[in-house]
Amino acid sequence: MKAFAALLERLAFTPARNAKLQLLQHYLERIPDPDRGWALAALTGDLQLRTVTPSLLRGLAAERVDSQLLALSYDFVGDLAETIALIWPEGAQDDPPLSTAVALLQGTGKAALPGVIAAMLDRLGPSERLAFLKLATGNLRVGVSARMARMALAGMGGPSVTEIEEIWHGLAPPYGPLFGWIAGGARPDSAALAPFRPVMLSTATDPQELAALSPQDYFAEWKWDGIRVQAASEGGVRRLYSRTGEDISDAFPDVIEAMDFEGTLDGELLVRRDAEIAPFGDLQKRLNRKAVGKALLASHPAGLRLYDVLLWEGRDLRPEALHIRRNLLENLDLGARIDVSPLLDFTTWDELAALRADPPATVIEGVMIKRRDSPYLAGRPRGPWFKWKRDPMVVDAVLLYAQRGHGKRSGFHSDFTFGLWHGAELVPVGKAYFGFTDAELRELDRFVRANTTERFGPVRQLSPKLVVEVAFEGLNRSTRHKSGVAMRFPRISRIRWDKPAAEADHLATLEAML
Amino acid sequence: MRAQSLLCPTEAGLYCPEGGFHIDPLRPVERALITHAHSDHARSGHGAVMATAETLDIMRLRMGPDFAAATQIAAGPQRIGGVEVDFHPAGHVLGSSQISVTAGDCRIVVSGDYARAPNPSCAPFEPVDCDVFVTEATFGLPVFRFPDPASQIAKLIASMDEFPDRPHLIGAYALGKAQHVLALMRQAGYDAPIAIHGGLQAICDYYIAQGVALGELIPATADQVPAQLVLAPPSAFASLWVQRFRDPVIGFASGWMAVRARARQRGVELPLIISDHVDWPSLTATLSELAPAEVWVTHGAEDGVMRWCEMAQIPARPLRLVGYEDEAE
Repeated sequence: MKAFAALLERLAFTPARNAKLQLLQHYLERIPDPDRGWALAALTGDLQLRTVTPSLLRGLAAERVDSQLLALSYDFVGDLAETIALIWPEGAQDDPPLSTAVALLQGTGKAALPGVIAAMLDRLGPSERLAFLKLATGNLRVGVSARMARMALAGMGGPSVTEIEEIWHGLAPPYGPLFGWIAGGARPDSAALAPFRPVMLSTATDPQELAALSPQDYFAEWKWDGIRVQAASEGGVRRLYSRTGEDISDAFPDVIEAMDFEGTLDGELLVRRDAEIAPFGDLQKRLNRKAVGKALLASHPAGLRLYDVLLWEGRDLRPEALHIRRNLLENLDLGARIDVSPLLDFTTWDELAALRADPPATVIEGVMIKRRDSPYLAGRPRGPWFKWKRDPMVVDAVLLYAQRGHGKRSGFHSDFTFGLWHGAELVPVGKAYFGFTDAELRELDRFVRANTTERFGPVRQLSPKLVVEVAFEGLNRSTRHKSGVAMRFPRISRIRWDKPAAEADHLATLEAML
Repeated sequence: MRAQSLLCPTEAGLYCPEGGFHIDPLRPVERALITHAHSDHARSGHGAVMATAETLDIMRLRMGPDFAAATQIAAGPQRIGGVEVDFHPAGHVLGSSQISVTAGDCRIVVSGDYARAPNPSCAPFEPVDCDVFVTEATFGLPVFRFPDPASQIAKLIASMDEFPDRPHLIGAYALGKAQHVLALMRQAGYDAPIAIHGGLQAICDYYIAQGVALGELIPATADQVPAQLVLAPPSAFASLWVQRFRDPVIGFASGWMAVRARARQRGVELPLIISDHVDWPSLTATLSELAPAEVWVTHGAEDGVMRWCEMAQIPARPLRLVGYEDEAE
């Protein structure tokens, strides 16, 4: 429990992804089974435990601590689990294995739960009490995704991340066979039906690179602006995976219902109303939900637009050439929710460039270019598949606030809030953390220090005089942003030292891009 | 004599009419007795100042030789007007003292800031029998139960091992905390050179001159700092100085780091719970041990300490003195 608590604490305060990965990997290397497996499951949200409610915790604390002191303390700390972890009378400072805590939270009945939790808290020191309570309330929040966890596993020197992804969905905590495989043992047999298969990804390209290639060797199709998914259906089991292998089936029962086939397909998940594909913002409303209501299913119906087929009716088509897979795909009839992404008609790169410059719908973010003879390869091989995204949208905005960065950017102001004119006022429209070079970062930092008008903790308000060109990939309406719009992937593409702030763009310019 | 007329709270701080002096006055006064050299307790511009030799030395270092018109080293019991005053170690920083004020059979001890945990960089707190004990309440809530500082040093060393290529920049206040952390590192057997920001140099030099072993310190001023561990005052982290370090782990040594929201506010990656104040168990244990007839509570979480006194049936009153911050924590 001590090692797990120490890991959680480190992860909670470590913003950098690489540092998180390293901490996690070292923990997994150091800690024996089954504790490391339970920790992994807890971090990735794959651990099913009896959830402890805040009112149960309040009740426990009230038995041990004066209610006035508890109230004063909670007021100061601001988090109930943390307050109780800190205020709980000091006990044995024992170090029981994490598996003991997991077993208690899995196997205790409702009536016995308060007593069991109190007895556990009596055994633990303060950090361990907090880890235990976070585990019990199902609220770890340390910023570790399942993908990151698998990367840490791959970092242990055994199978690669794509190999791990392939069997991940057949595994259950505490993952003994998985760790055995990583240590050089046998690959666990995945008995699970409809498993995730590692996805093939493309690399970015440009006209220069394309000029050296022969257009006849390639297919091209639109790059649809939804999310890339894999739809797997086998022996009655149907699953929808994101491209990193997260199971998102629960949020898309309408798509699952439509998956009346036997095979594994690759495509784009989109919200579609009959023939029309809705903008990404509509799809976003459907994402990250554990369940979805009838009203949303009716107003935001989801469907698939297929790019590829990996397995079909028992046949593994991945080694076959793309044109053979496309041929099969084009002859399928999978109902109204699932169709095939059409191929584009072109003979020269210039013709393709013209298509890319004027797509028939706004939910197209460029073109995909794929070798006709390419097999379906896991990962991101350079060459067979390219993405040629449309040029980003840009606005000239004024820097309004700056905040210092972490890790490699410690001491530099690297997080910027920028705004556009709305009448005589500048309204914040977004934040950007990247797009500039290291040399530009130094210049921006110097500007921030010389032009601070006020400080709010770590945030500096700036004299509104520096214009930056902000590039972004898309725009959605947003009720959470003061300006009413939210940009996707905003970054600072150019610093306009030359441009006076008065000549920056107006909010109306941005709204017109919607 | 009644305690309330021996010392009374005024806007300038606690005042003794019988002796004509203030303790840790918040604004310039004619005669001041000072518990320790932190800037919220030790201000410049008083007529006469009495404090320990170390406190006077540090005040001189920080504020220049003319910080007061006259100074007097506190050595043994002294009579001032109709009262007797004495200084007793408080265990907070080098030179820190409690001040006892006695008139007839009534004695008040003003603790200033104090700590009970052993601190290798200063003399330990000395319990003094009294009728009234004036306690700080910086960490006067039961959520503050500080771990053994050695465990925090172990956490720091483990992080330096985990990330050997990343410099570890630890924020620590210039007087007291920085030297406490340095002394703890040396106690833990860490003997590599430790780099210190220029803002820490004068006080570290003074501690060393007073015989506190801080090991080899090098200045953290060059473009390349050849040390993995660097200490700096908190204000340095907003300055250009930080930019010379590549991908640093930023830490902060303070009792406030016990609460996650406080650590997040500071943008700290490595919170180290190291304090120079009493935590809740040692504060309440001190009150039980001294068993004064009355407790007066100065700055901090007065409500928590008042509630504890109510439950322990010790008469207590909050002084509500405004102006003492947790500057050095």
